[in-house]
Amino acid sequence: MKPTDTSDPQHYHRVVDCQFGCPAHTDVPHYIRQIAQGQFTEAYLENRKSNVFPGILGRVCDRPCEPACRRGRIDEKPVAICRLKRVAADLSDDIRDRLPQKGESNGKRVALVGAGCASLTVANDLLPLGYDLVMFEQHAVPGGLMRTNIPSFRLPPEVLDDEINLIVERGVDLRLNTRIDSMKELLNEGFDAVFVGTGAPKGKDLDLPGRHDTDRIHIGIDWLESVAFEHRDSIGERVLIIGVGNTAMDCCRTSLRLGGTDVKVMARKPRGWFKASEWELEDAEEENVEILVNHSPKEFVVENGKLIGMKFDKMEYEIDDDGNLSRGEVVSEEFIPCDDVILAIGQDNAFPWIERDLDMEFNKWDAPEVDRNNYQSTVPGVFFGGDAAWGPENIIWAVEHGHQAAISIHKHCSGEDIDDRLPRGMNLLSTKMGIHEWSFSNDFDGSPRTQMQHVDLTERFKKISVEVELGFDPEQAAREVERCLNCDVQTVFAEKLCIECDACIDICPVLCLTITENGEEDDLRGRLSAPAENKDQVLYVSDELPQTKRVMVKDEDLCVHCGLCAERCPTGAWDMRKSRLLVPFAVDEAKSTEERKAG
Amino acid sequence: MSYIKKPKISHPGLPRNAIGLTLRDYEGSMSTLCAGCGHDSVSAAIIQAYFDLSIEPHRVAKISGIGCSSKTPTYFLGGAHGFNSVHGRMPSIATGANAANREMQYIGVSGDGDSLSIGLGQFGHAIRRNINMMYVIENNGVYGLTKGQFSASADVGSTAKKGEANPYQPIDPVSMAISLGCSFVARGFSGDKEHLVPLLKAAITHPGFALLDVISPCVTFNDHEGSTKSYEFMRENERATVYADFIPNHEEITASSEPGGLETITMHDGSRIRLRRVAQDYDPGNRAQAFSHVEECSRAGEIATGLLYLDTGVAEMHELAGTTEDSLSSLDYSRLNPGNEALAKLQQRWR
Repeated sequence: MKPTDTSDPQHYHRVVDCQFGCPAHTDVPHYIRQIAQGQFTEAYLENRKSNVFPGILGRVCDRPCEPACRRGRIDEKPVAICRLKRVAADLSDDIRDRLPQKGESNGKRVALVGAGCASLTVANDLLPLGYDLVMFEQHAVPGGLMRTNIPSFRLPPEVLDDEINLIVERGVDLRLNTRIDSMKELLNEGFDAVFVGTGAPKGKDLDLPGRHDTDRIHIGIDWLESVAFEHRDSIGERVLIIGVGNTAMDCCRTSLRLGGTDVKVMARKPRGWFKASEWELEDAEEENVEILVNHSPKEFVVENGKLIGMKFDKMEYEIDDDGNLSRGEVVSEEFIPCDDVILAIGQDNAFPWIERDLDMEFNKWDAPEVDRNNYQSTVPGVFFGGDAAWGPENIIWAVEHGHQAAISIHKHCSGEDIDDRLPRGMNLLSTKMGIHEWSFSNDFDGSPRTQMQHVDLTERFKKISVEVELGFDPEQAAREVERCLNCDVQTVFAEKLCIECDACIDICPVLCLTITENGEEDDLRGRLSAPAENKDQVLYVSDELPQTKRVMVKDEDLCVHCGLCAERCPTGAWDMRKSRLLVPFAVDEAKSTEERKAG
Repeated sequence: MSYIKKPKISHPGLPRNAIGLTLRDYEGSMSTLCAGCGHDSVSAAIIQAYFDLSIEPHRVAKISGIGCSSKTPTYFLGGAHGFNSVHGRMPSIATGANAANREMQYIGVSGDGDSLSIGLGQFGHAIRRNINMMYVIENNGVYGLTKGQFSASADVGSTAKKGEANPYQPIDPVSMAISLGCSFVARGFSGDKEHLVPLLKAAITHPGFALLDVISPCVTFNDHEGSTKSYEFMRENERATVYADFIPNHEEITASSEPGGLETITMHDGSRIRLRRVAQDYDPGNRAQAFSHVEECSRAGEIATGLLYLDTGVAEMHELAGTTEDSLSSLDYSRLNPGNEALAKLQQRWR
């Protein structure tokens, strides 16, 4: 293999699994250390820089960081990253005076359609640059799907209001109860750019016999919205939820709070093929929701205009050697009685309000063609982000879309090439403070993952707004932060200094180092101190070592960043250096433009 | 010296040996030697060798004297017995322990100071008695623990850290052991575990006194230009003679693992040492040739390594002394101590 190019920011970025897994690239180990030091406000700001809504995401993020967390490969359970984010939000001081104020008007007007997480992020990024932002929202409150589709027992409205206000109150012209019904009219209003962040508001229907013979069959996201706006405060005792994604989990738990006593989630496939996150399934099952597997919906049974139940095909599946599920075979039919059915089988974006004669290309799913890199539609100056761009994802993806779209909007309004974007950078700073002293807590802490405390089952059903998770108290947070392996503190190797004494190899607790003859990657992976079987994790390969011309190879997969290799190195060939990924935002692009102009 | 302990976690795919232990079960406490010390590498090789041989740590006794090297038994085989004795007196303790319990495995760890200066007499007599033990000399040419004075193994003309040259003739433990008729003489290099581990395994299994001289650079006082025991000097001047691959008796030899040109020596327990010659005409069974080879290399400024001399025909201490088959600890008290009457009877024989 060729020597690894560590000057490419991507190499060390990939080592920080959580940050690499996060669409917005939040510097997780950095803010976890800030929490460890009691700097909750700084931790909040660090989060806010990339993910904009730490209080919201600390409760309801899809957490791609946690399955990615290296700790999960070392001792099963990842660090409770999401919960720690909430700690930062819960314990942070007011940060209003630390946010940039709206810049002096640059005379450019931008329309933001929808007041959800994507549009709000665009607003957050463009405000300091002096844009005049007009945000249109069809409902009487901002927040989009965060407001309408996430029940208040998971995300209290006050948290939502607070983090939205942090953006809006700095000078966004938020027009509530203002539905945009025509893109053409909007474009005629002379905005310099338009951003569409209208989400994926159309729940999928299930057209089976009996579907239209009763009013007790509900579309999940519409039903959740009507609950959120208090248009609906009851449901029948026996409820069937069709589908087993995260919306289904919200539907079943909301049903329990509106009068449901026998709530069943009906899954077509076996466990392991559910779309819902593992922790959302756990939370639902803790509330005694029953999840029935291998039931494929067949018919809604309506008698005398009253829904009495549903018929299902009972399925049997086979799993092949590659772990793929067969198409399934119907083995029997089953009738399950119920009073209400909630359909939670997916959602789509929908654009009935965009005229099709605008030179805007639409794809085969009847959604606008949007460029994956610059978020622009085929109409220059019209950008898309969040679920509106490529269908349903999650909040954290919408935030990242918002950041990227903001850059495009700024470039578009400044007359620059929207594809000429700043590259990412990487800073490395030694953490060495003295002999065997590092500016991070390098000792491995074997504590198990801290359990989140929940409100008692009897208490939580009294009111829909009782938040179930209590959050970590400072002691729990102090324990959990120590579980972080500080993957951002990189083992940086200087081959010129190596005398091949093997000290680092002997001391490494997880056998990730080897000095050996170079070879092709597959060959090399097989003859390391421990075989490097996880190909998702990169190998570091040094240049030739001075004495024997062999190479130092490090398998990054299981490194616990204990720093013992650097402590044991007699020549300082290994150093522990903190890496900091530099992700450009709109404000950085603006600064760089200014600098270029100033020469 | 390290302030944090090696974390108690391990690679999830860590292999287990025939008795179900992992490599980490053979570790000891955290080393307090200098970072990069060759001795830590030797400890790691010893850990690997005992792991590979599937020896239960509690069946091993680690005995040492005084010095950096003699501290190292603490850093491997935490579950083994240990005795840290007086300077240079490790062989006496090993002899006594071995006499009392011949069922244990004995490893003596010593250094060039402990064995070639203060303990030279004891070293020679342990060889003479052919005690069944592995005797490892971690040889770095300096007294590291007292700030780097030349030791008895320092070569003439090699320089100390500040530049002064050594005027005295070195004592070479390998030549000395061959001349004393030691039944197993080998030399390794701490920076080359690939060859050190098989040598250790062969030495552990050898039924008699196995001397393993390991050149183990002192990073603090003897790893500079002008040293003949530095990592760099060894890498340039090591002359591998015979590589020994050790095959435990439970492993079958198959045609594919028995390439031509190799010589296999079967040990008393059925395990085998396979010799791979680098020098084609070298015969490790020929004592005169072994001696002259080491001598020639030395004159050429090279260090001969590998399994240099092996004689499986020499009787070990218990055989020579005609002692009881069982360990003394397993004898019942009446046999172990036949009483005053028996003693009087015995004394009567010499009146």
